[in-house]
Amino acid sequence: MPDFTLLPEQASTFAEKMDPLFYVMVLLSLFFIVLVFTLVIFFAVRYRRGSKASRRGASSHNVKLEIVWTAIPLILGLVVFFWSAKLFGYVRTVPEDAVEIFVIGKQWMWHMQHPNGVRENNELHVPAGRPIKLVMISQDVIHDLYVPAFRIHQDVLPGKYTYAWFEATKTGKYRIYCGQYCGTQHSEMTGFVYVMEPAEYQAWLASGGDKTRMTQLTMDEAGQQIYDRLQCGSCHGFAPARAPSLIDLYGTKAKLVDGRTVTVDETYIRESIVAPDLKIVEGYQAIMPSYKNQLSEDQLLQLIAFIKSLRSGMQAPIPKKEADSPAGGAR
Amino acid sequence: MSVQTATPGATEQPRTHYLNAGHTIASWLLTTDHKRIAILYMISITIAFFIGGAAAAMIRIELTSPTGVMLEHETYNKMFSMHGIVMIFLFLIPSIPAVLGNFLIPMMIGAKDLAFPRLNLLSWYLYMAGSILAVVAMITGGVDTGWTFYVPYSSVYANSNVVLVICGAFIVGFSSIATGINFIATIHKMRAPGLTWFRLPLFVWAHYATSIIIVLGTPVVAITLALVAVERLFHIGVFDPAQGGDPVLFQHLFWFYSHPAVYIMILPSMGVVSEMITCFSRRKPFGYNFIAFSSLAIAVFGFLVWGHHMFVSGQSVYLGIVFSVLSFVVAVPSAVKTFNWTATMYKGRIWFTAPMLYALGFIGLFTIGGLTGLFLAAMATDVHLHDTYFVIAHFHYIMVGGAIMGYMGGLHFWWPKMTGRMYPESWAKLAAGITFLGYNLTFFPQFIMGLQGMTRRYHYYPEEFQALNVLSSAGASILAVGYIIPLAYFLWSLWYGKKAGPNPWRAAGLEWMTDSPPITYNFEKTPIVTWEAYEYPENEEDDPLPDLDDEDQLLAVGSGEAPKR
Ligand code: HEM
Ligand SMILES: [Cu+2]
Repeated sequence: MPDFTLLPEQASTFAEKMDPLFYVMVLLSLFFIVLVFTLVIFFAVRYRRGSKASRRGASSHNVKLEIVWTAIPLILGLVVFFWSAKLFGYVRTVPEDAVEIFVIGKQWMWHMQHPNGVRENNELHVPAGRPIKLVMISQDVIHDLYVPAFRIHQDVLPGKYTYAWFEATKTGKYRIYCGQYCGTQHSEMTGFVYVMEPAEYQAWLASGGDKTRMTQLTMDEAGQQIYDRLQCGSCHGFAPARAPSLIDLYGTKAKLVDGRTVTVDETYIRESIVAPDLKIVEGYQAIMPSYKNQLSEDQLLQLIAFIKSLRSGMQAPIPKKEADSPAGGAR
Repeated sequence: MSVQTATPGATEQPRTHYLNAGHTIASWLLTTDHKRIAILYMISITIAFFIGGAAAAMIRIELTSPTGVMLEHETYNKMFSMHGIVMIFLFLIPSIPAVLGNFLIPMMIGAKDLAFPRLNLLSWYLYMAGSILAVVAMITGGVDTGWTFYVPYSSVYANSNVVLVICGAFIVGFSSIATGINFIATIHKMRAPGLTWFRLPLFVWAHYATSIIIVLGTPVVAITLALVAVERLFHIGVFDPAQGGDPVLFQHLFWFYSHPAVYIMILPSMGVVSEMITCFSRRKPFGYNFIAFSSLAIAVFGFLVWGHHMFVSGQSVYLGIVFSVLSFVVAVPSAVKTFNWTATMYKGRIWFTAPMLYALGFIGLFTIGGLTGLFLAAMATDVHLHDTYFVIAHFHYIMVGGAIMGYMGGLHFWWPKMTGRMYPESWAKLAAGITFLGYNLTFFPQFIMGLQGMTRRYHYYPEEFQALNVLSSAGASILAVGYIIPLAYFLWSLWYGKKAGPNPWRAAGLEWMTDSPPITYNFEKTPIVTWEAYEYPENEEDDPLPDLDDEDQLLAVGSGEAPKR
């Protein structure tokens, strides 16, 4: 096995950073294993009953020695800890310019959606050399997205978005596993990541992912359709504001009636749609109905994409609160 | 030197001891003698071990092929769930404490029994009730949640006997709590005159630390599992996000117990190993205080690291960092123990008996298991290794390589005390060797599989992992032989084993100063302790050891003799 390595193929920037730490830890472990095994075997043979080795001066305590062999593992352990914490910071801090792709886990499949609306199941096409952020949620039980070649593993929870990011370093086909036991067909909840050259990826996206494009709409366009159909604008769109404006909302801090402040992220927006009574923004009443059973996780993600796309200055798809039209007007 | 009860070569008078003190079934089922209860536990957990082992065999057979051999997905999932639940809740957690601890703690401290003998019997009945409920539920309908019962799968989605199995585990939890309380009270209040804390055998320290974990941790998992049942039965949202609950909260509560529970499994084994290493090195343990306090340190710090199971669960990054650094800290007392055991052998007089081989095997496997744990405590490497076969290999090295090697070694070491008979030494050495070999062949390949990305709880897997899986299954069949041989010769020895006499190992603990098997109240006269633990003679000439195949030599030391010093 000439090219056998302990770790699988290395295909992400995180893999390149993690593997040296791993191999250093292997060397340190080997050192201690060899040390302990050698001493145990050596003492067992040399000091076997009846052997002539001198037992003079055997002592049964030595505080200095105890301090030394407490301190050395502790210091080495802390060095490894700091190194690993630094890398963990790297793998948990999503770069600003990452491309967002949405992942839904359900028993027992992975469902992915690209921002331009292209969808795929159990496959994920991504460009090499670009940071990719996965925004993930489960429709039922807890799942977990695992790509060994990227060394990433992240639980996928129901009711809450979790994130993972990676930057693939070389093109190829890599396995995706579900890494958290999720029921009967857990072991078949697998798939592949296809890492492509950026130009190739653009072509793939433009062609609607070869086959699976089900809608001509991008995610935020699809979200806007839902927004219109459900008449969200009847409250969020008007001047005598019964509800907060959604423009520029994403990423801000919302002050709640109970005094708490929350950051407006995907999980907060989702919760505000499916369980609006849980967090009421200061100055408003708990009048919003829950859309819990009317929207799939898919549609929720599209609505979120739409809300994230609402920026002041853009050609407003919904009227702004202040500059708004006469009551009942707008769309 | 005091009374000689047995003269070399003389036929012994039949004596009354705990085993022949009563012959009726009721004399066993209503006994409050800690030694008889230990035997009841030993029989029960041995049955549990073979049930869990049968499930493991099914798993390993199934994994010889990438698409299974004979089971449906559902059955496979029920097998690994049953394997985990039986091995952890019904076998490993009670194993050393309820059998060896129960039998030995009163004897090691010179007491007639545990502090609460009837509570001790109740604990066995709770264990039996819970175990029978859980096993019947698992055999009739099965449970497919894994031993971890993660929500909302277990509380909403699983279509199996989750509630019944949870009830079983809940009840068994109380048997553990009863044992823990009993040990704490006994160790505090019932030590023989002169037996100060720092004259206690390390086995007793280890069980004291274990009992603290049991008493503080078990109620938390009991309530957590009860909440899963409540959510499942009455649809009261606790953990299910669709009902306003938080699934990650479940993981926090579950691991708050279940991480310390790994120390419930390993600390008693460390206690056993401390006894065996000192006896067979014929010397005091190196760094007694450090070994004793490292048990307590493990018990305390062990409660602060549960979140290292949750680095990728969606918990906060900062929380992860705290759990990670504490995990590195809690590894240190274990390293200290390993170094101390090794140093104990230095300038000792090593006597290669079967229990010593198990103790040496323990040191080797525990070292590997402990060091690989650091790869999971380091967040960056855990991001890759979480829930792969690397984790399976790691915890089997600790729980099977560590805890069960300790338990098997301890059974051999105290078998003559418990039964009055020697097991056949050469068979035992053979079995120890086979276990060590089979063990490594089973679990070492799993480290490699895990590193390569083989995920746990997978019935089907990519073909590239087949070779390693077949190797692991082959190792498992060797390991099985290593467990079946002792079962056979232990039973054989009950009738045909050589008579052991009170102290075949010429060991220094109080338990060796009374008859084998011991009389019902352990000692004719409460011993008064005027010496430190583990006082072995300085020179080999003053320390004649018997030939284990020569009954006369075994019997040459009688009951009531304090150790030489
Ligand atoms: C609690 C443990 C599990 C976790 C955390 C988990 C996680 C996930 C996640 C996140 C997905 C996302 C799919 C998507 O993005 O669309 C998924 C899909 C899937 N999971 Fe799981 N999973 C778990 C257990 C299982 C189990 C036990 C099975 C099989 C018995 C399984 C089989 C599948 C399958 C078949 C898919 C979908 C594959 C597809 O897209 O066709 N998962 N899982
Ligand atoms: Cu743990």
